[in-house]
Amino acid sequence: MELVCPAGTPAALRAAVDAGAHTVYCGFANETNARNFPGLNFSAQELAEGVAYAAARGARVLVAINTFPRAGDQAIWHRAVAEAKAAGAHAVILADLGLIAHAAEAHPDLRLHLSVQAAAANPDAINFYAETFGIRRVVLPRVLTVEEITAINREIDVETEVFVFGGLCVMAEGRCSLSSYATGLSPNMNGVCSPASHVVYGEVGGQNEARLGGFLIHRTPKGAPAPYPTLCKGCFTAPATATGAAQTGHLFEDPVSLDATELIPRLRQAGVTALKIEGRQRSRAYVAQVVRAFRAAVEAVETGAPIPAGLLAKLTEGQAATTGAYAKTWR
Amino acid sequence: MDLTIGPIAFFWNAETVRGFYRTLAASPARRVVIGEWVCSKRLPFWQQEIPGAVECLRTAGKEVALSTLSLITLRRERRQTEELFATGLPVEIADLGALKHLPEGMPFQVGPLVNVYNEGTLEWLARKGATRICLPPELPLASVARLAAAGAAAGLAVEVWGHGRAPLAISGRCYHARLHDRAKDSCQFICGDDPDGRDVETLEGVPFLTVNGVQTLGHAHTTAAGQIDELREAGVTALRLSPQTGDFAGLVGLYHRIAQGGTPRPEALAGLRRLMPEAALADGFLAGTPGASIAG
Repeated sequence: MELVCPAGTPAALRAAVDAGAHTVYCGFANETNARNFPGLNFSAQELAEGVAYAAARGARVLVAINTFPRAGDQAIWHRAVAEAKAAGAHAVILADLGLIAHAAEAHPDLRLHLSVQAAAANPDAINFYAETFGIRRVVLPRVLTVEEITAINREIDVETEVFVFGGLCVMAEGRCSLSSYATGLSPNMNGVCSPASHVVYGEVGGQNEARLGGFLIHRTPKGAPAPYPTLCKGCFTAPATATGAAQTGHLFEDPVSLDATELIPRLRQAGVTALKIEGRQRSRAYVAQVVRAFRAAVEAVETGAPIPAGLLAKLTEGQAATTGAYAKTWR
Repeated sequence: MDLTIGPIAFFWNAETVRGFYRTLAASPARRVVIGEWVCSKRLPFWQQEIPGAVECLRTAGKEVALSTLSLITLRRERRQTEELFATGLPVEIADLGALKHLPEGMPFQVGPLVNVYNEGTLEWLARKGATRICLPPELPLASVARLAAAGAAAGLAVEVWGHGRAPLAISGRCYHARLHDRAKDSCQFICGDDPDGRDVETLEGVPFLTVNGVQTLGHAHTTAAGQIDELREAGVTALRLSPQTGDFAGLVGLYHRIAQGGTPRPEALAGLRRLMPEAALADGFLAGTPGASIAG
């Protein structure tokens, strides 16, 4: 199986390739990609150098251009597609219908992957993109069980790529505006979710508080590990109703990460082509460690050997992990 | 500018649905979109009401369209989507996967959960046969204006989210069931107990979100009432009102008056506050500020 690894910087790209990534994905340093964080991402020149570095070592580079172009400013996104092609990228990862239509028409020989941000969660949606625009691979949303992925693969002719490690989006990606509701900035429009620019930490009564856009997201005892205030992993209260008792806690999802290492054999059986690791905002040391561990896991699965256990426990958020929607019980 | 009533997001019983559409038939709304938009598990409980509601609304002169689900994953959900196109009624797609079932050359409408953020997407949909698009609620007025102009040039109507708890997210997981320590498959239809969704507050008691099954809505009622003149000037032709309990007929009447023009922002918002004294109002999305905020 192909291991698709994150690179937020040219140094992380080299680290991922050196650690055994088959493929690296990255984005331009602007709002055209969904990890538009300060100090991250690539210029056109850096991308071309990264593609050359990877190619010399047998690896490929994908370019994520997976935000939704702003009305009146589509040229920025069109230029990103042209620059990715010029840099020699193996494929571009796109989410917006209009941008996909543009890429298919303006660059008919460019390989197109459908971003998870396109939220294509059923064979009809995937086949629509494949038949209409010739997309070659779909990154599946993190709302599907392994059984559903198996069923989807039976009905489509394009490759599937699934997330196996890193942050866990619990909402259908590309269709979530929780962040813009609280902060005015969103994944779809700005390439950011729960942006650090809108986080305020404070201390009240011996407890640490984290606010996002003014809304209290976490309150933790001093000294305890404090998770980043991501909206869907916040701690909230549902007051009592006539039929429901009050509930306080992580009503949407605990502050845990996705780790589907143990599911790799089943994902392979389900017909999945590529395994994706999330984390373009992570350091190159982290990337190298995760890539090495997953390369070992993939090699083990390919040869029928047991997956080395416990390789990644220390790297998961809050030192806790879940297999998320892949297990039906998660719902 | 006229009014479109969106599909009911909440799990109301058949009798409530029947009464709701009867009342709407007598309202000044121009068109109504009907269908299960959020969770296909709820549909069997009220789907027998749909033909009667369509009949009643069309007899009253309303345009009626049927909505698809907004997150289609199951085989039966795909089949239901295909069947919608076979009814011959206009269909509003809420998931692009629905286009796979669209009969060649058949016109269709596009709901607010389809990502139409730019002219390229709008124009592609227009060429495919879209006649009407309700834009995503998070778009700021500057984008709405560009898209309304593109819509006019492409010959399709553009509408915006006019009133109601904004649909912020949809998931594979049912948060309503989770609040009762249940999974989606064993939900026992608990969302039916909360006809406007279940409130979610921050730890300091600030109302924030609303859980509606697999869907998450804003707690505040997102309203375009204070920005009608700008929207009309931009070329927006309709406001979408999202069904809720309480005096919905009163709400439709109020928006009808506002949509006719000439109601200053403070007066429009004051009218809303009289109808819904307990409700928080928000219009930050259009203003380009956090969606939960209310400008001025």
